[in-house]
Amino acid sequence: MNKEEIKNPASDKKVGAVMVVGGGIAGIQASLDLANSGYYVYLVEKSPSIGGVMPQLDKTFPTNDCSMCILSPKLVECGRHFNIEILTNTQVEEVRGEAGNMEVSLIRSPRFVDEDKCVGCGVCAEKCPVKVKDRFNEGLGERKAIYIEYPQAIPLVYQIDRDHCRYFIKGKCRICEKLCKNEAVNFEDTEKRYALKVGSIILAPGFELFDPQLKGEYGYGVYDNVVTSKQFERILSASGPSMGHLERPGDKKEPKKIGFIQCVGSRDLQAGKGYCSSVCCMYAIKEAVVAKEHSGEVEPTIFFMDIRAHGKGFDDYYKRAKEEYGVRFIRCMVSKIVEMPRTKNLRVTYINEEGEPVEEEFDMMVLSGGLTPSEDAGALGKRLGIDLNQYGFCETSQFSPLSTSRAGIFVSGVFQGPKDIPETVAQASGSVACASGLLSESRGSMVKGKEYPLETEVKDISPRIGVFVCHCGINIGGVIDVPQVKGYAESLRDVVYAEEGLYVCSQDFQELMKKAISEHNLNRVVVASCSPRTHEPLFQETLRETGLNKYLFEMANIRDQCSWVHMRQKEDATEKARALVRMAVANARLIQPLEELSLEIKNKALVIGGGLSGMTAALSLADQGYEVYLVEKEAKLGGVLHDVYYTLEGDDVQSHLREIIERVEADPSIHIFKGTMVVDFSGYKGNFETGLMVGPGMFYRKLEHGIVIVATGGEEYKPVGEYMYGEDERVMTQLELEKRISNDTPEFSNVYSIVMIQCVGSRTEERPYCSRVCCSEAIKNSLKLKELNPNMNICILYRDIRSYGLMEEYYTLARKKGVKFIRYDLNSKPGITVKDGALKVDIKDPALGEDLSLSPDLIVLSSAIIPKENDELATLLKVPRTQEGFFLEAHMKLRPVDFGTDGMYVCGLAHSPKLISECISQAYAASARASTILSQERIHVGGVVATVNGDLCAACLTCVRVCPYDVPVINEEGFAEINMAKCQGCGSCASECPAKAIDLQHFRDEQILAKCNALLEEAV
Amino acid sequence: MRLNYPSNVKIIKVPCTGKVDVIHLLQAFERGADGVYIAGCLEGDCHFLRGNLRARKRVEYTKRLLDEIGIGGERLQMYNMSAAQGPRFAEVAREMTERIMTLGPNPIRAKKGEAEMETG
Repeated sequence: MNKEEIKNPASDKKVGAVMVVGGGIAGIQASLDLANSGYYVYLVEKSPSIGGVMPQLDKTFPTNDCSMCILSPKLVECGRHFNIEILTNTQVEEVRGEAGNMEVSLIRSPRFVDEDKCVGCGVCAEKCPVKVKDRFNEGLGERKAIYIEYPQAIPLVYQIDRDHCRYFIKGKCRICEKLCKNEAVNFEDTEKRYALKVGSIILAPGFELFDPQLKGEYGYGVYDNVVTSKQFERILSASGPSMGHLERPGDKKEPKKIGFIQCVGSRDLQAGKGYCSSVCCMYAIKEAVVAKEHSGEVEPTIFFMDIRAHGKGFDDYYKRAKEEYGVRFIRCMVSKIVEMPRTKNLRVTYINEEGEPVEEEFDMMVLSGGLTPSEDAGALGKRLGIDLNQYGFCETSQFSPLSTSRAGIFVSGVFQGPKDIPETVAQASGSVACASGLLSESRGSMVKGKEYPLETEVKDISPRIGVFVCHCGINIGGVIDVPQVKGYAESLRDVVYAEEGLYVCSQDFQELMKKAISEHNLNRVVVASCSPRTHEPLFQETLRETGLNKYLFEMANIRDQCSWVHMRQKEDATEKARALVRMAVANARLIQPLEELSLEIKNKALVIGGGLSGMTAALSLADQGYEVYLVEKEAKLGGVLHDVYYTLEGDDVQSHLREIIERVEADPSIHIFKGTMVVDFSGYKGNFETGLMVGPGMFYRKLEHGIVIVATGGEEYKPVGEYMYGEDERVMTQLELEKRISNDTPEFSNVYSIVMIQCVGSRTEERPYCSRVCCSEAIKNSLKLKELNPNMNICILYRDIRSYGLMEEYYTLARKKGVKFIRYDLNSKPGITVKDGALKVDIKDPALGEDLSLSPDLIVLSSAIIPKENDELATLLKVPRTQEGFFLEAHMKLRPVDFGTDGMYVCGLAHSPKLISECISQAYAASARASTILSQERIHVGGVVATVNGDLCAACLTCVRVCPYDVPVINEEGFAEINMAKCQGCGSCASECPAKAIDLQHFRDEQILAKCNALLEEAV
Repeated sequence: MRLNYPSNVKIIKVPCTGKVDVIHLLQAFERGADGVYIAGCLEGDCHFLRGNLRARKRVEYTKRLLDEIGIGGERLQMYNMSAAQGPRFAEVAREMTERIMTLGPNPIRAKKGEAEMETG
């Protein structure tokens, strides 16, 4: 690998390569989307391996998915992708040139281990005499001076820590060099400078946790048992310093009372952090819940100002933490922590909700540190000449949230502002759409194809099965006796090889697997590990690389379906794991290679919904070079945005809306169908067919397209019957207020007093979710009113103020301008009456414990966001929705805009309530995800489909009647025929066929019965 | 969610409950399963539109057969749940295990004089 040379493609054309700066989840997602849609990627990471913060986390909210487990497949895909070049230990120094054609100067600091020679065996680290506090474990554990950051690190290459290496300090040692069989250690390695040409740059440099030593009152760094939230993640993690055993760092005792302090370095003007970090409430709740799962004895308490559970499914999680897990929530700021000298417990002083000072003792305190942009990121921003805000986050606008101030450089993730993982992932994909829109003419110009070896013929060869059993760290190995299961596998018929591994999914083990396949002539592979849901594609890819058909793979799910759910019955779990492996091997004997059919792709997109999200997605797709059908139910484009006039930040929404509608209507690649309904839908990724009834004449039109984006939007809930809405015209919703402010400004000079009520229709029994935008909407309108009439008396009645991220500044401003915020509880909602024609609001202030009575001129209801009517569409498209009727993505964390069905995406309010800028990011994201299909020439279908044995078929038409997709037909030869491109693989026909002429491939009756028999082998 | 449930429950994966055939169910009992249950999507929410309704019919039919041949239809059950209902999954696993515990071993197996418990 010669990185010194400058890659120099034809200079008049834009460069078909993109540089991604930062190898966290944002950088990884951006790299994968770019590489999968025809661009060559340089992924630049300053540390020795990619992964960012996610590998350090234990679980992720709100699904409690294991962070490493969901990240790992992406890490591996990134590491093995032909069109992603990972440049670790590397920083960007300078960027010259313009959008489309940029030259980037890079500095690579020495690793002292040759990346091409190191196989990551770890012998060097084992023998290295120097122990160093481990950054990955947040200083709680130790590593050696030659190290990898974590076991699944990509690239899996060791690195020498120059500051601690004995040789570098004392001039002798070099033990690692002597031990390395591959001669990979190179003490003469030096800093290298080189340059690369790219068309565009995506910045995703991530964040750091606020340094809690700056808040001296909490004693971090002084008291042993005060830890940061990230340290606590490591303590909870199975791969952490205590192997997942919950213990406090001071004396390894299991803590019982654990306190969490929120907003450490967030919402804190004195600390120079005027913003909310957006994620700490949820991660603290998650940590409390997970701690409780570790030990039922734990009593977690969270000290908070407002609980900001503003994301999809978050409020439900918060509720469960309170009600099911018994997490205690106390609304207050902790004033100080003092360590008890003998017990090392911590005495916490706070003022409770009743206003009384309280002292309480805790075993351990966790500081929920805020997110701050890293110093390196700030310096990078300055070197690149992009605008940063006062906190060092990258400056962007509400309508182009992914563009930096320099053309051709885009941004995603926390560097753009504090946010959680799904938003980060959406922004990462979104920034890909921006870069791709810029470079589409050069798509495919720099990528390399992937060649697989010819498939080995296995049809008539007797099975030779290899079984690989995974410890999954201690996820499996801590419960199940893995060596015993491996030994058992070896004893099974046709198993010629068995092996165990700490992480079977790691890149080094994949190499080992490949070697075993070729050395032992394996023609069936069984992996006993986590779950096929996340890891099957990864193992299948490994099979393909060795020339085995990918269907010759079978998984025994001994983690999700065994060790995790039988954690406390270790022997039973081992017994069950044996049975699961036995079943998998029984099936493996019978599995057959399957052929996939290669089909052309329709390079057109269908976008359903012509609001802001739909229009943004359509424009982005058009910019990327695709034709788009944009379908809107109403007679005009724009959706609910027609009712929004200004943003919190002061942007003019209506002029932007007019501009975007004009652009959409003028774009020759976008075909608009207004007043149009979707009436039928069929097909599969790359080849969909959709029937429309096109207004106003309502004639039928059939469209063929390769992908679908659902952007059907949402609307404001009209709270008829609540708070006298609809009974008294002085009661209105926020959007109605906004309209009146914009259309009849003078009216408000006569209004002296307004009461706003938050959470109307949100966070209730009927609609348990938070509508996310209403707090900032209320603050926005309050500030507008204060502008019109500074003496106006405005009271906002709220439950939690959720002005997350940089919006916190406006909350602060509103208070400064005299807007009053009064909290109420769900069980004592404000009461509204009319007395002598005047409005009266009665409320119990829980802070003061007093009844208050207000007499406003107007009452404004901050009403929920509900999804637009989408029942029929969801049924037609066969896509799932949440209980509240929002569309449900494939994975809450890492696939925020994908549906489970390939080629189908969702964005905007149809997904969940969100801000304008968030809708735009998601729309771009959907467009980038769609491009990973639309940019391909062909796709492969087939595999798990039903096939007919014509000799047995009696043409009884049972299958024709049974098939939910109307696929089978009776062909000219008089027997049933099933189109493999259309078959969805449910197997209903196979079960109903009276002649047993149909088999579902990969799930043939023979296989199911074999599994069944293997399971029951020892029963009779 | 890692909700604990009895380890005697072992899962055979099918793409859709619509794939589950009467013969699969009968053979499981013939080979000594004490109980079998089928977990499909919620009715009206089948990933493959109506596979779960077909499965229900087959299960009802097989239950009658099991009653007739003396194994007992209550050893077989169809359940509907969504992927978001982890707690329900664990609850069903416990519920079915308890039911089978009360019923005792599959008569086919009992006849052969073994007492080990297995639910598929």
